[in-house]
Amino acid sequence: MKLETIIQSLEKDFGAVAKETFGEVELTLAPENLVSASQKLRDEFDFAFLSTISAVDYFPEDAPRYHVIYVLRSFSESLQLTLRVPLAGNAPLIPTLTKVYKNANWRERELWDMFGIKVEGHPDLRRILMPDDWEGHPLRKDYPLGYEEPQFSFNYKEIDLSKPHGEL
Amino acid sequence: MSTPYPLPEVNLEQIKHLISQRALDGETVLLNMGPQHPSTHGVLRLLLELDGESIVTCVPDIGFLHTGVEKNMEAKTYLQAEVMSDRLDYLNTVGNNLAYCLTIEKMLDLDVPPRAQALRVILAELQRIASHLIWIATASLDVAAMSMFLYAFREREIILDVLELVSGQRMMTTYIRPGGVWRDVPVEFDAAVRNILDTFPKRIDEYEDLLTRNPLFLDRTMGIGKISAEEAIQWGMSGASLRGSGPDWDLRKKHPYSGYEQYDFEVPTDDKGDVYSRYLVRVKEMRESLKIIQQALDTLPMGLVRSNNRKIVPPPRSEIGTSMEALIHHFKLWTDGFDVPKGSVYAAVESPRGELGVFIESDGGPKPYRIHWRTPSYNNLEALPVMTEGLLIADLVAIIGSIDIVLGDVDR
Repeated sequence: MKLETIIQSLEKDFGAVAKETFGEVELTLAPENLVSASQKLRDEFDFAFLSTISAVDYFPEDAPRYHVIYVLRSFSESLQLTLRVPLAGNAPLIPTLTKVYKNANWRERELWDMFGIKVEGHPDLRRILMPDDWEGHPLRKDYPLGYEEPQFSFNYKEIDLSKPHGEL
Repeated sequence: MSTPYPLPEVNLEQIKHLISQRALDGETVLLNMGPQHPSTHGVLRLLLELDGESIVTCVPDIGFLHTGVEKNMEAKTYLQAEVMSDRLDYLNTVGNNLAYCLTIEKMLDLDVPPRAQALRVILAELQRIASHLIWIATASLDVAAMSMFLYAFREREIILDVLELVSGQRMMTTYIRPGGVWRDVPVEFDAAVRNILDTFPKRIDEYEDLLTRNPLFLDRTMGIGKISAEEAIQWGMSGASLRGSGPDWDLRKKHPYSGYEQYDFEVPTDDKGDVYSRYLVRVKEMRESLKIIQQALDTLPMGLVRSNNRKIVPPPRSEIGTSMEALIHHFKLWTDGFDVPKGSVYAAVESPRGELGVFIESDGGPKPYRIHWRTPSYNNLEALPVMTEGLLIADLVAIIGSIDIVLGDVDR
């Protein structure tokens, strides 16, 4: 099975837009077609392996603000395919892929944790890498890159006061 | 007990969808294993629901070693960001650099000289053996084979000496750079690697003498932590943990990079899918790595070790004193860095743990707009609850050892 036939089939059925970047193929899909397209990719074209899910934030652009990235692999044909799903900035929502690929579970939790993209129908949408009570979503572009001042003996007290338990 | 700071409140309400009704009724016991536990291989916390000593459910809790590498890299130039890639999977530093550099080279369409490619392969395979030595040390320590730990760490030091010889660092090498490697290897390199090639086959035989037919080891590993090939693929497992279940998926064979297609090696697989299968696969992999190193070293071409494209690769030190051009290039590269064309790409290598992928999105500037690391341990760990169901806590320890996770790789 050639990659071109797979792309043509997805273009016809789901209105996907193919783009070649640096020798790899990227398909842009609407969020409502994501589940059915990946189902088709898995069942008909043997893309049984979900490598990763990630996202890119294009702040301050708003429509679309996020692109969610899916990297799929076919073992039998040694093919690699990237899916891109654009999402608007206001309350981003994407359907879950956990019914199609089991390992989407943790990657989608990461998507929620790092980008604040809600995953519709996810069985266990909690934060995964950041602590449960963390505020904000670190990989968003409007989330500042902070730092912590190293605590030495000469500034120990000063920094200790600024910690959560400092006021006690 | 009072603490100087408030402790977060934990109630069963928050986690009730993860555990069974029996735990809520108090019939089974909830036990917290880790994050500070010697056999979780780092800072992994497992919430176990136990019926007696057997596991009903196992809920991994990760993120204790999260360092925000992806966010930090966005604020650094491509060359600065590479230094952080070493710190992800700290047992596979060369492989991390390789994945990162291959992705950038793909975007820049940069050619790497043959000598640099062969050196990359030799070092990546040495690193694979070193990583597998840590695995065999810790995984057999978990099933009470204490002496293996000492032997494997002794041998690993020989490999780390070679890494120190070429890069000046034992672990955080950053030796592979976009466009080639940092500098050519010293003259002692050849003898040092040949010494490894001579001694290691005998040492691996020794490990096998101690473990492969050892009845105590067989009792602890055979038939434990089974996962079928279909399930392993569905859970996104890769590397030796996947090959222990049957599929011969290895990126070095299926999507060759850095000239792996020139070398003659096999991809070991086993079909049982248990802890013992994964052990066999990794031990065979060490021997295959030695074969690759032997071939790469025998055919190591002479010539340049980095690309001549001065817009990306810094000029040699000797040229800076005599050439104005070289001085300008050096200055521009170390102050501004190089620009990478707009677009995005995903490239992956076969790390000792599986598919290590890097997704880079560039906005055309000198800093990566977004970097995502697809780390193999993350997906291998996600499949842990499937493998542990109904087994004993002692088996859980053996299974964690067998999937060879590195928490720096999981949490990023």
